[in-house]
Formats: sequence, C-alpha cells, structure tokens
Amino acid sequence: MTTWPILSVVTFLPLVGALLVYVVRGDDEATRRNSRWIALWTTLITFAISLILVARFDPAVTDFQFVEKTNWLASGITYHMGVDGISLPFVILTTALMPFCIIASWKSVTVRVREYMMAFLVLETLMIGTFSALDLVLFYLFFEGGLIPMFLIIGVWGGPRRVYASFKFFLYTLLGSVLMLLAIMALYWNGNTTDIPALMHTAVPRSLQTWAWLAFFASFAVKMPMWPVHTWLPDAHVEAPTAGSVILAAILLKMGGYGFLRFSLPMFPLASHDFTPLIYTLSVIAIVYTSLVALMQEDMKKLIAYSSVAHMGFVTMGIFAGTMQGVAGGVFQMISHGIVSGALFLCVGVVYDRMHTREIAAYGGLVNRMPLYALVFMVFTMANVGLPGTSGFVGEFMTLIGTFKVAIPTAFFATFGVILSAAYALWLYRKIIFGALVKPALMSMKDLTFRECLTLFPLVALTIWFGVYPKPVLDMSAASVQQLVNNYTSAVTAVKAAALMQ
Amino acid sequence: MSFDYQLLPVVPELVLAAGAMVLLMLGAYRGQGTTSLVTGLAVVLLVVTGVLELMLPAGRLVTFGGSFIVDDFARFLKILALIGSVATLVLSSEFLSDPSRRIFEYSILVLLSTLGMMVLISAGDLILLYLGLELMSLALYVVAASHRDDAKSTEAGLKYFVLGALSSGMLLYGASLIYGFTGTVSFAGIAAAAKTGSVGIVFGIVFLLAGLCFKVSAVPFHMWTPDVYEGAPTPVTAFFASAPKVAALAVFTRVTLTAFPGIVTQWQQIIVFVAIASMALGSFAAIGQRNIKRLMAYSSIGHMGFALVGLAAGTVEGAQGVLVYIAIYVAMTLGSFAFILAMKRNGQAVETISDFAGLSRTNPLLAFLFAMLLFSLAGIPPLAGFFAKWYVFVAAIKAGLFTLSVIGVLTSVVGAYYYLSIVKVMYFDEPLPRVDPLRLEVGAVLALGGLFNLLFWVYPGALVGAASAAAKSLF
Repeated sequence: MTTWPILSVVTFLPLVGALLVYVVRGDDEATRRNSRWIALWTTLITFAISLILVARFDPAVTDFQFVEKTNWLASGITYHMGVDGISLPFVILTTALMPFCIIASWKSVTVRVREYMMAFLVLETLMIGTFSALDLVLFYLFFEGGLIPMFLIIGVWGGPRRVYASFKFFLYTLLGSVLMLLAIMALYWNGNTTDIPALMHTAVPRSLQTWAWLAFFASFAVKMPMWPVHTWLPDAHVEAPTAGSVILAAILLKMGGYGFLRFSLPMFPLASHDFTPLIYTLSVIAIVYTSLVALMQEDMKKLIAYSSVAHMGFVTMGIFAGTMQGVAGGVFQMISHGIVSGALFLCVGVVYDRMHTREIAAYGGLVNRMPLYALVFMVFTMANVGLPGTSGFVGEFMTLIGTFKVAIPTAFFATFGVILSAAYALWLYRKIIFGALVKPALMSMKDLTFRECLTLFPLVALTIWFGVYPKPVLDMSAASVQQLVNNYTSAVTAVKAAALMQ
Repeated sequence: MSFDYQLLPVVPELVLAAGAMVLLMLGAYRGQGTTSLVTGLAVVLLVVTGVLELMLPAGRLVTFGGSFIVDDFARFLKILALIGSVATLVLSSEFLSDPSRRIFEYSILVLLSTLGMMVLISAGDLILLYLGLELMSLALYVVAASHRDDAKSTEAGLKYFVLGALSSGMLLYGASLIYGFTGTVSFAGIAAAAKTGSVGIVFGIVFLLAGLCFKVSAVPFHMWTPDVYEGAPTPVTAFFASAPKVAALAVFTRVTLTAFPGIVTQWQQIIVFVAIASMALGSFAAIGQRNIKRLMAYSSIGHMGFALVGLAAGTVEGAQGVLVYIAIYVAMTLGSFAFILAMKRNGQAVETISDFAGLSRTNPLLAFLFAMLLFSLAGIPPLAGFFAKWYVFVAAIKAGLFTLSVIGVLTSVVGAYYYLSIVKVMYFDEPLPRVDPLRLEVGAVLALGGLFNLLFWVYPGALVGAASAAAKSLF
C-alpha cells in the first residue's frame, strides 16, 4: 500500500530536526530564533505527515498497519514498526501536541534554547517510537530512552528543586523498567522472539504470566502513575518547565496505559484477570485519595498533577474491567486527558510567565483583567471535572459504565471521584479567576497574547469537539479494541471452563 | 608437520615480540629523544600485529601440542586488546611529551604487556596461561609507576605489584592442585579428567579463580583497583581499564568453559557470588567518590560483575554476552578516559568531579559525549551499554539464574545514581572557567568512543555476529 516507510519517517524526522538545530551555531539572538523556527517547522511537518497516517489508516482492519520490518539484533529481535487502532491515536496525540509545546516555550525559555529544542525533538522521536514499536526490545529502547531528554529538560530548565525532581523521576522510572526488562528477557526465552504480534499468539505458561505481569506492572504503574508509586509525578511536574509538564502529563503518562493495553491484557490475560482486584483497589484509592490530596494543594501545578493521578485511575480501572466500553473508554480518557491536562499546564504557564509564581494564594480576580483567559481556563476546568459536552465526560463515563457491568462496588466508589474532581477543580478556578482583584501585583496583568491564543484555542476546539462528537477517536480504535476484548474474554473463559470441567 | 606450519599461529606474537625488541634497541642506543618516534612505531607495530592476526587462516589453529590455540574467540579478543593498546598509546602521547617524562620504555612495556595478553588469550594450558599472565602483569606493574617522581604513582605501582604477586601465587597454587588431581595441565586434558568435582579439583578451581578475579578486579579481590586507578598516570589508568581487562576476562572465560565444562555447578556458584558482590560493591561504593578516576575504578568493578553474569550462565549465549559486554565496555571506557584526559585547566589535570561543573555550557560537545557515555555505562537505551547488559542478562535468564538477574538489574539502578550525579554536575550546575582546548588525538579517541556508543543501535549486527561466532568456537 505504502511505498515509503511513512511510520519511520514520522518517528525519525524530529531526530533529523534535532541535528539541524545542532548545526545552528552560536548563542546570540539570531541563533535562538533560528533554532525555535527549525523546531517548530519540524514538529509541524511531522504532524502533517502523521496526518497521512490517519488518512490512509483503515479502521476496519484489526491487524497492524504501515508495518515495517527489517533485521536488527537477532533472528527473533527485529526492527518492527506498525500501528493499530490503539496506538495510532497516541502517535497523533504526540505529533499534535509537540508544536504547542514549542510555541509555549517560545518566550519562556531564554537560556540554552538550542539544547532545549534538541531535547524536545529527540524526546518526540522516542515517544512516537514507543507507540509504534512492534518489538519488545525496540519498545524498551524508545520507552527508556525518553528518560534521558526528560531528565535534562527537568534538570536544566526546571525550577528551584529541579535536581531532586529530575533524579526522582529518572530513578523511579528506571527501577520500574529494569524489572520489565527482565520480563522481556523471560518472554524472549519462552517464545524465542520479542516480536509483539507473534508474542500475542504465543502461549505463556501460567507461572511466567504472573511474574511477567508483575514486572510489567512495576514499570507501567510507575509511569502511569498509580497510587502508591505516584510520588515522583507532583515533584516532576512542579519543577519541569511548562512544556515539560505538558509532555509529561499529556504523553509520557499515557505510555503506562498504553503498555497495559498492548502487553498486559493481550499477552498475560490470565494473570491480568487474577490481578484485576489489585488494579481495582489501587485505581479506586488513586481516584478518591489523590482527589482529596489535590484539594489540599497550594501550588497550581501540584493540584493538576494530583488530578492527573486521579484521572489515570479511571483509565486503569476501565482497561482492567476488560469490557468493550471500559477499554475504549480508557483509550478515549487517555487521549482526552492528554489534551485537557496539557492545556491546563499551558494555562498555568500563561500566568506563571507573568507572575513567576504558581501559588494559588497569589492569584484572585483574574477575570477582571483577563476575560479571555478566564473563558479558556473555564473550558479546560470543566473538561477536567468531566462536564458533559467536554471530552473529559466521555472517557470517564465510558470507563464507569464499562466497570459497572463487571464490578459494581468499584464503579460505585470510583464515581465519588467525579464529585471530588468537581470540588478541587472548581475551587481552583474560583480562587484564581473569581473574587475581587485586590492584589496589587495582579493589576497590570495582560490578557492572552496572540501566541498564547494560538496554543490554547485549538485545544479548546478539540476539547469541545471530542466532547460533543467523540466518534473519530472511538471509531479509529473500535476494531482493535474489540479484538483485544474478544481475545481477553475468550482466554479467561477458556480457563474458567477448564476449571469447571475438572 | 612442517616447522613453518607449527609456527604459523604464533606469527603475530613473534612479530610483536621481535618488533618490541627492535624498538627497545632503538631507544636504548638513541636515547630518550626517540620517545615519540618509538611510540609512533609501537602503534604501527600493534596495527601490523592486528592485521597479521586477521590474515591467519580461518578456523581453529593449534600449535605447541595444544597449548596455543587460535580460534574465533582468540581472534575477537586479541583484536579488542590491540585496539585498547593502540588507543592507550595514542592517549599517552601528551603524557610522554613532557620533557621530564620522556621515557621510551613506556611504549615498550605496553607492547610487552600486550604480547602477554595475546599469549594469555590464546593459552590452551595452565603453563602458558601463567606465562602470559606474568608477562602482562610485570609490564603493568612498571607502567603503573612510570610517573617516577610522583609518590602516588610509585605507591600505585608498588601496591599493584605486591598484591599482584600474591594473586599470582594463589593462581599457581590452584594450578598445581588441579595438575595434581588431574595429571595434566592442558585444558582439554583437564576437561576429560575432571568429570566429577572432587574436593581437590574444587579447591584448585577456587584458588585459580581467585587469582583471575584479582586480574579482572572482581570483588573480593578488588581492593587494589581504586588506589591504582587513582595513583597511576591517567593514560596508564585508561590502559589498565581496557586491554588487560579484555585479556583477563578472556582467560577467565576460556578456563571455566573449556577446562571445567563437566563441573559447571561447582564453579557457577563462585561466579554468581563474585558477580553479585562486584555489582553491588561497584554500585554502592562509587556513590561517595569525589575523584573521577576512583569513581571509574568502582565503575569498572561493577562492570566486571555484569560481564561475569554472562559467564555464570555457562552457555554459548553467556559467552557471547561476555564478549559483547567487554567489547562495548572497552569502547565506553576508552571514551571516558579520553574525556578525563581532556579535562585540564591551565595545564593542570582536573580530576575532581565537582570541577566539571557547568561543562555543558563552556564546552557543550565534550559534555554531551561524556554524558552519553555515562548514560551508556548506566545501561540506559538506546546507547551501547544497554545492549551489553541485554546480552549478559538474556543468557542469565535462559540459564535460570533469576535471583542473580534481579539483583543485577537492581544494582544497575543504584549505579545509575552516581552516573547521573556526574551528568548533574556537568549540566545543572553553574559553569566554572573553560577547560583547555582539546588535543587532537584525545578528541579523536573520545569522538570514536562516543560515536560508537551513540550509534551502536543502528547496526549492532556486526559486533554481535562476530561475538556469536567467537563464543561458538569455545564449545
């Protein structure tokens, strides 16, 4: 169908852009401007090419598409790329958000602009690669490689406690991932291949399933992040520069959920079934507990970070419910959260650039000076709450329905999260936007600039569009999700039937 | 069997030995002024030796009644050791250019040590093993003290010599026990005789391995490493960390796999213990280090532990893992030491880690290459160090060594902490004054090591394939 390796081009184009930025020498204003423009154009072109993927993607096919396969490490370990309905939305999410990140950093990053842009472009390559790799080793390569640029982004351009936050981020994630690496090796030993489509059809012995599931869980739970291994996230978010927070919340967190969908459910269905109560428990704790924690925050970014943990709780709950609605809702919730939380961090960035503080108490009454900002922020706050008509509602609702079908108590408690998210999100909105404009420092605040409008308005449009008409995303993933759910259900029922026979 | 056929497999070694003697005469008659000439010719000689090695007929060549073996395993490691020696000589040129240190013997000693390594790698019996080991080590003792007027360097040489002599004694004692209980010194003969692990043979193995552990600086015989690494001149440290490690690990692998294949369970537990202890100590003890050379010493202890993980598997995959590991390790180490050599302010070597502060702003490329080498040493993909760890741990998992693997990867996370600390100093801290401009040859070694490390993932096939062929030739 395709004559050129379109997926590899999308993946490695940002890397080429990073090399171009490297070629630009010097440290004067012209260099900075050039590297910004190169980075922006690279991300835009990458996004444009990734749209070709959407255009040529056949949603009815359950197999992987745009497949590329060449020899790489060994007979069972190949360079194998491809996307299906589950991974393509994440690829598009990545390519779509990157230009916003570059624009958001246009003015706020003034030191070492070249390195900053290179780090982001390299990170983009690694993120796209993570979602489109069809070989476990290749996946691990991209998945772990992303730590290096993110470590530097937090550590070099971050806030006052950046060193602590970057180390915590790196070591936490690495600790989870090395266990997954061992599980990958065990799978290689078992099936003599690390090819993901092949492994999906390889029977994994029950005991290995359990251990491998736990090892993968260790990695994805940290990445997701699930309670109680979420503590790196608030630190990383608070210290990272705005665009770094956007990438963290919008894309890096999704790798955990994607991992559960791509590996845990299809490859270890029995272990997944066994561990579902664990996931339910952790998800409900995440939803309720971190929502309560969010209520107590004094830092805007920290509040949104904790709300991310709570929202990811819905995702894990939906995915492990193993129902069509649950899994599809999980995918949708991740895409929606990617847009909404990314946008919320951009909103925080807007006021942070003006005031250089993220303390909630330092703000109040912004609606008087910044009506446009108040409107935009409201849309995203509502989407974060899950108001019907915004994309946040669709995902939460679907995961809850999907869970209700199989586990009523879990869904019952998780629903409290909806109320609590309304509490903290509206509280945040009231504190910052409403009230009297009494603080003298805020008197001179200017409303959104053209550049900020450019980053926020498309996201507003997407949030409302997907809220009213979620069909494009759901359709894209429907066939793949259906197949995943069918395989999972049949594997689990087969074991149950076998147990009954005895 | 004609005379020339018997000598054919040792032609590269003969050329190297004769060449070293000629260079020695040259230096002895023409005086210290010839230092740079001798060094240059020594590099040429090493390259010629490598070419000759590759020109030997393919397959397994055996001579001297089975005591000298040239197989794919030997070829792979000899080339690697030669690369390490060449890079070291290249890196030494600045050290030797100082008027007070014009010592042509330095290059001769490196050549002789390399000769010892080549003999060691090809050794097919315990006698030749000992000969090679001693030739290599005696030259190394002197090289360690080559900075004659420096107390630290002298101390390093002396310390290395005393402890090295002790370990040689242990090795000899082990060898004599094995000879006593099997009646032969050739590896093939021992393998045939030692079908069951009698107490005597196990004792012999323990002593033999103790001596070898000393040479690869594995715990609990690592104590000399930090002091010698810190005290010896930096190019010498680079040498210690690369080529001799290759040779020692080679003989370690060959002895265990070809002389004792029937009693794997006996020596496996020793290797597992040594590997775990080395990985743990290498990770934890390095955290407190302030001196980059000391830190690299602990890092090398840890890395030897990782390499031994592959050997503990005792399989073809394991041997392949060891070979891939040591090859990538040599590249990373040479690159790192080239960086350390490049760190000079006003002609003074800078060895304290905190003095690298803000290097990414004053010298971005240098800092970037070293940061990537550090990430690679920590085993972060997509850098070369990840693949090194991949192959040894795959072998360990296949051999069912799960505990070893879990402990191994956990210590690698601990190790990542101190590598990250150096990256933090270079990238996050406020810059100090610029370092001196880079010398060409140091830059070249750093660039080669760095590029190999960065781009290994693009085409890993060549090295992995060669290592696989080399590993198969042992079984």
